Amino acid sequence: MPAPKERKWDELKGWKELAEISPGAIVPGVPTSPEYLTGDWRVERPVWDEDKCTHCLLCWVFCPEDAIMLNISEDGKVVKMIGIDYDYCKGCGICVRACPPKIHALEMAPEEV
Amino acid sequence: MAKRKTTRMALTGNEAMAFAMKQINPDVVAAYPITPATQIVELFSKYVADGEVDTEFVPVESEHSAMSACVGASAAGARVMTGTASQGLALMHEILYIASALRLPITMCVVNRTLSAPINIHCDHSDTMGSRDAGWIQIYTENVQEAYASTIVGVKTAEKANLPVMVTTDGFVLSHSMESLDVFDDQDVREFLGQRKPLYNVLDVDNPITVGPLDLQDYFFEHKRGQIEAIFEAKKHIYDAHREFAEFFGIELPVFMEPYRLDDAEYAIVVLGSSAGTGKEVIDNLRDEKGMKVGLLRLRIFRPFPYEELQQVLGKVKYLAVMDRADSLNTMGGPVATEIARALYHLSERPIIHSFVYGLGGRDVPPENFYEVIEKMQWIAAGNTPDRMVTYVGVRE
Repeated sequence: MPAPKERKWDELKGWKELAEISPGAIVPGVPTSPEYLTGDWRVERPVWDEDKCTHCLLCWVFCPEDAIMLNISEDGKVVKMIGIDYDYCKGCGICVRACPPKIHALEMAPEEV
Repeated sequence: MAKRKTTRMALTGNEAMAFAMKQINPDVVAAYPITPATQIVELFSKYVADGEVDTEFVPVESEHSAMSACVGASAAGARVMTGTASQGLALMHEILYIASALRLPITMCVVNRTLSAPINIHCDHSDTMGSRDAGWIQIYTENVQEAYASTIVGVKTAEKANLPVMVTTDGFVLSHSMESLDVFDDQDVREFLGQRKPLYNVLDVDNPITVGPLDLQDYFFEHKRGQIEAIFEAKKHIYDAHREFAEFFGIELPVFMEPYRLDDAEYAIVVLGSSAGTGKEVIDNLRDEKGMKVGLLRLRIFRPFPYEELQQVLGKVKYLAVMDRADSLNTMGGPVATEIARALYHLSERPIIHSFVYGLGGRDVPPENFYEVIEKMQWIAAGNTPDRMVTYVGVRE
């Protein structure tokens, strides 16, 4: 996944250049969705407690945004959760519901502005 | 004198447009039938069944789907045509904006018919006037010969401007009236149009693109501004397409407008479509028998609005009657009148303008309507001020 870029207003392209490179508002090249940081939609964030986590990966299965970050061992046999990608996590809370109640390694917290 | 071979035929407006479509041989036609435009695609489907064209014909389940299929095919680089009228055009409405914003040169034959309610299948221009802000080039034709030729030059115009084009005929008045006309040879039409050169192609797997993605506060305005500029530039492409048509076929079409005995006119009428024929007859009578300085301007292309050209030909007129076959329901009359007033407003010398709405729901448009319009303008010229900005002609009080 390419490193997310921060957008600055005065660096955005003007209409004349866009008319040349993207007539009809097409977007050249694929994929372009990683450039769209949907994480700023979030009003609550899931907070992960690494010490409680059993790495069952239920949260990864249910996350609709692929925002649960994993580390896969070289032989491919050990897969561990390493965190949450807040660039794309929209704060839907599905991971918190998916996390087994007895483990409780994920919790929603208010987003700080 | 035509440079290319022509053949004299007797065809209705719908037959002539279907015949032009056969000669154009588009890659894709997606359509749904609706009175009074049904025959266009019905006849075209016969050409498909008889193997006279190579077209992929998509008989869809609604006009919304028809325009959607046209958008998809056009984004894949195909030359695409369709036809509709009235409620069908209204059902296409949201996709019309998508076709133009994606810069897809779809050519659509539209037979002008009023919009419900009350339900009525006959002519007025409220259907295409309702689409006037959809970003399509709009060509209104006066007779079957012009409808035929405009369908061909419409495709050329669309593909030069990379914008969609509507070519219209007045419902029943032209669509179902048989006229003699000169048609070109199939191979000449195909040679004239050549191959479409698309701005982009969604099927080009070596250069993948995303078409129609979400575009929010940071970029929508810039993309829309680019589309708006395409409409500004369309004027040049319209002139080029018509000049190339004249050079190739040796037959000249009026481009944005057709001025009729307008040079020294003090009174003038602006009108669209088939009614202009009746209007010209009245102008002849008033000039030749009563010596009145009257003229007429038939507006052929309403989008983009030819304000500069109109300023040149209408600035010197003293009393201008703008006849709309549609009402904007804005208490000011028809859309053509409103836009002409805007076009002429800042001229130091400009006519007094009054809006007339006529012929709604296929109401017959006899010469008396035009005499009444001129009489009303004379009444205004005598120093009277109308109560309202619009007068309704040919309706029972």
